[in-house]
Amino acid sequence: MSAATDTSPASAVARDAGAHPRREGTGLWTTVRALLRKELLVELRTLESVPGMSLFALSTFVVFHFALNRGSVEGDLAAGILWVTLLFAAILGVNRLFVADAEQGGFDGFLLAPVDRSAMLFAKALTLLAYLVVLELIAVPAFSILLLGPPIGPALGGLVATLALADIGVAVIGTLVGALAVQTRARDLLGPLLALPLFVPIVIGAARATEPLLVGAHTGTPGARWLATLGVYDLLFGLIAYALFDFLLED
Amino acid sequence: MSFPAEPAALECTGLVRRYGEREALSGVDLTLGRGRTLVVFGPNGAGKTTLLRVLATLLRPHAGTVRVLGSTIPEEDWAVRGRVGFVAHEPLLYRELTARENLRFHARLHAVGEERVGELLDVVGLARRADEPLRTLSRGMVQRAAVARAVLHEPELLLLDEPYANLDPAGIELLAPLIGAESERTRVVCSHDPGGGLGEADLVLGLRGGRPALLAEAGAVSAEEIAELYR
Amino acid sequence: MYGKGLRALSISTVVAMTAALTLVFFYAPLEAEQGFLQKIFYVHVPLAIVSLCGFVLGGLLAIAHLRTRDPRWDFRSYVAIHMSLIFGLATLITGSIWAKGSWGHWWVWDEPTLVSFLIVFLLYATYQPLRFAIEDPERQARYASVFAVTAGAFVPLNFIAVRMSTAFLHPRVLGSTSNLPGPMALTFLISLIAIALLYATLCKYELTAKHTRAQVRALRRRLAGEESGRAGEGGRTSRSAAPSALPAGSVGPRPAGQAARTAGYPIKGHT
Repeated sequence: MSAATDTSPASAVARDAGAHPRREGTGLWTTVRALLRKELLVELRTLESVPGMSLFALSTFVVFHFALNRGSVEGDLAAGILWVTLLFAAILGVNRLFVADAEQGGFDGFLLAPVDRSAMLFAKALTLLAYLVVLELIAVPAFSILLLGPPIGPALGGLVATLALADIGVAVIGTLVGALAVQTRARDLLGPLLALPLFVPIVIGAARATEPLLVGAHTGTPGARWLATLGVYDLLFGLIAYALFDFLLED
Repeated sequence: MSFPAEPAALECTGLVRRYGEREALSGVDLTLGRGRTLVVFGPNGAGKTTLLRVLATLLRPHAGTVRVLGSTIPEEDWAVRGRVGFVAHEPLLYRELTARENLRFHARLHAVGEERVGELLDVVGLARRADEPLRTLSRGMVQRAAVARAVLHEPELLLLDEPYANLDPAGIELLAPLIGAESERTRVVCSHDPGGGLGEADLVLGLRGGRPALLAEAGAVSAEEIAELYR
Repeated sequence: MYGKGLRALSISTVVAMTAALTLVFFYAPLEAEQGFLQKIFYVHVPLAIVSLCGFVLGGLLAIAHLRTRDPRWDFRSYVAIHMSLIFGLATLITGSIWAKGSWGHWWVWDEPTLVSFLIVFLLYATYQPLRFAIEDPERQARYASVFAVTAGAFVPLNFIAVRMSTAFLHPRVLGSTSNLPGPMALTFLISLIAIALLYATLCKYELTAKHTRAQVRALRRRLAGEESGRAGEGGRTSRSAAPSALPAGSVGPRPAGQAARTAGYPIKGHT
């Protein structure tokens, strides 16, 4: 450093320290954490996703009441209503997941950084997972109050396990589909169209697993085969998403 | 004449970048030594932004070779990121977050310490409004925050796409030590202003329709020749 | 480039189809319960099998595209999926006819194969709208390939999942093809070969036709490009759901205002 350098803050920050040694890129989990903080901060500031999803679920329960003309449901009807509602609310979240990034240059900012690009897949999937958990904390009690006949207490254990496995699948597929749809012209339409068929196996596994839980007399346990189906689907799609996601980011 | 101790900052040979069947960049050749400033002129759609995005590793070249700071892209683009600072048309910042939050986020992505965020906010004159959401700031202030984002990680190469577009003279003066000639970094600047742009340049590139219409040392080019590009 | 062997393939297809039809109508025995209508099985199931294999093939070709970035793989993937979608539609229609004839309903949920097929069809029906909604041709190809790989992997998973969900409701009505009596098995096999050849021939036709048209356009463009001098702004890139049939860089810059063709689906768009 030359002795004649002036000491104002401006030149202090402008001073080039000479040729930099090649920096190691920022670690994967550091990046994921940074992204997660940013995601949750933006969501807390704008409240664009979670309140909408939750409100949608509650309204849908009311619609179902009138559409089916029932005050109380159980068994496979209950399971069906619950899962359809959760899935459609999830799609709202999927639609919003990448919009801020696409519209405000978030992708470019991320792509310029020396980071592992898979971090965005992890961060977005975890974000969507978080949204789903909050959604369910609101929607499931609401469901048990508004529509569910049998008490939910004994069913909770199995229900939580099913919700966890289904949520992971929805989060992974939702992230992949959200990233695909956000760069297209008709993103609000294509998102659901792409997601729904891919969600069908999740609906099958989750609804079949939940059925025996929502009956009055003898609450059963969720069939292990259905939970296993969900688990395998989650795993396979997780691998597919991991392999393909980077291709959606680059140019 | 001395041999350069390190590789040239930029070397392009026959760079081609297509958009569908159209060539956004057709065969650009240039070499830029370290510490020098290249100013790129050309009308809208000429490929200036495309060139910058290729150099920033956001776009991959379709043909030709490109070496940035000694590393070939796209094969070694991971080695280039983190050493390049890009001021784009958009600020690349989240409107709902504050300047401080945005800069902290980028600092974490680049593994830069957070004290630097505070320093930079002072330098660009945003310290007082650092904790208000960006959407409440004027376009000029947002531009200052964008420049702060670009130099946060002390890049060796600056890629500036009309960086002074939304700034008043006071703003330009504030940012000069960071991205102007005084910064002593290698710079590539896209400019619409023949007069001012020439003043800063060591090397001049004129693009038209993706093709390099003009490439010369700044001393050998007149403002007239540059104005020709826009006709 | 794609036209080689087209004639031989077409002839084999005609031969195979004639053979299949002959067997179906004159050789295969009349099935006791369902009567004459059962013969649609010889069309419906091969259509389903070929269509599904075509979707998976589209996914494999898409993997090649993602790895090599050569747009020709994307082009082949597009044709494979496009053709499979058409064969898939035919599968649903023949399946529906059979259902109506056998059980009196145009649709039955008890048949897991048919149900899975509907889901797969609905997914792939979004392929072309997805492509059409992305302007940048390179990105369009890349995103389409990501979709094709995802959907291709989804096909078998979906079948398994749906099969599991209907397993205990009704015995499988279509019956396993592995315990078909001799004459029926032979007829089925020949039909399958015939439909597979039909698929291959139609794909080859489409590949050749599009490729040739693209070459003509490129030549025309080069001529016009040389006359008009500078490439200028290059004109607005128009939206198209069809991928590039030529390897990258084999065409020159496009003069302003030239419209590009859109793909087969009659999707409304403007240049």
